[in-house]
Amino acid sequence: MSPADIPALPRGVRLHWDRVRETWVLLAPERTVTLDAVAHAILSELDGIRSLGEITETLAAKYHAPPEQIAADSAGFLGALHARRFLDLR
Amino acid sequence: MTTRPPIAMLAELTHRCPLACPYCSNPVDLARQESELDTDAWRDVFRQAADLGVLQLHLSGGEPATRRDLEELVQAARDAGLYTNLITSGIGLTERRLRALDNAGLDHIQLSLQGTTPEMADEIGGYAGGYRRKMMVAEWIGQIGFPLTLNAVLHRRNLHQLPRALEMAVEMGARRIEVATVQFHGWALKNRDALMPTRAQAEEATRIVTEARARLKGTLVIDYVPADYHSDYPKRCMGGWGSTGLNVAPDGTVLPCHAAQTIPHLRFDNLRDKPLSEIWYKGTAFNAYRGTGWMPEPCASCDRKEVDFGGCRCQSMALAGDAAATDPVCVKSPHHSDLQSRAAAHATAADAPLIYRSVPGRATEPAE
Repeated sequence: MSPADIPALPRGVRLHWDRVRETWVLLAPERTVTLDAVAHAILSELDGIRSLGEITETLAAKYHAPPEQIAADSAGFLGALHARRFLDLR
Repeated sequence: MTTRPPIAMLAELTHRCPLACPYCSNPVDLARQESELDTDAWRDVFRQAADLGVLQLHLSGGEPATRRDLEELVQAARDAGLYTNLITSGIGLTERRLRALDNAGLDHIQLSLQGTTPEMADEIGGYAGGYRRKMMVAEWIGQIGFPLTLNAVLHRRNLHQLPRALEMAVEMGARRIEVATVQFHGWALKNRDALMPTRAQAEEATRIVTEARARLKGTLVIDYVPADYHSDYPKRCMGGWGSTGLNVAPDGTVLPCHAAQTIPHLRFDNLRDKPLSEIWYKGTAFNAYRGTGWMPEPCASCDRKEVDFGGCRCQSMALAGDAAATDPVCVKSPHHSDLQSRAAAHATAADAPLIYRSVPGRATEPAE
């Protein structure tokens, strides 16, 4: 995954507030992924327009964290979603 | 032990189906059409399920498309906040109906594959022209853009078609394929002589899947259900009994799994009598094998007891005559070596005829 990639949730993969467990989840075909605050913050930024690099900058500014740390925190998570085909990269 | 809310619900909308697959997971005693829950009753079940914590709804059957109200039911499920997955053979779906399902908010389709050629698929499904129809449905699914999983059910007769099934999934634009070796429950139990794969076939399937997973990484996700009888450890059935999922039969009976009615001493509650929440948390059938407290040895002291929960209760019932026994697939089961030799015998039985699933009775026929 490179900073130039533009990530987006494909059709059939969506964020959902689980009101019973009081947590955000990612609903995907026959799978549910429980999201922590960081994962939810990252996925909420995906708009199919901005690149991973731009999203990392936005999150870094928003949470006053170094962009390198945001990138490191998100790479494994987004990579795993991509491997399951829950995330498209353009 | 605290019981957590369920994540997934399998709604068997009907037992009616145009196909007659000899490995159908429906019970051998099929529910009659007039006993099926109606649209409003299902609507209420979906709301109760969402309130209970269900996130994933699998609309299944029989063939769910034989329900004329399928589009309404999908709409009702989405309104309740559920992720909706349609498990279908494709038969009964038209382009117009698929577009209506799209408008209703259907999230995902799982399309079954009985074979990769019309000859194989139609023989296994027992329905002439079924394969051709399915290919048309797959094309409409692609045009509309539904996320698609292909579910290839494999057994001794068609395991050689696995490479082609993987190619077809890619050609159809499926994101995922479920390579499901037949599990011997329901009708399949009657067909072990015809369907049991050989050990060599099972090993070859594992090799093909391993190779394809590496080759198709990022294109096609492959979920694999290996040949159970040839394994050394049992499957983690239902993720643990009464832990993550439940099943609603066409008449509103709530089951811990689709085969649970084969365990004769269990009593099952019905949504016509009790709320879903009460059935999930307090139902005797759900509590019978929940957690690990019910386990006898060798499961009780096994370090895998929370990995596979002793395997499949229905399989222990069918093969060991005791639903609480260790699944005979497990190497630690006293029935394991017997099962392996039985599997070998089934796999080498001279070509046994397929025993097809029958159709649910109707009110005009005399009750059995």
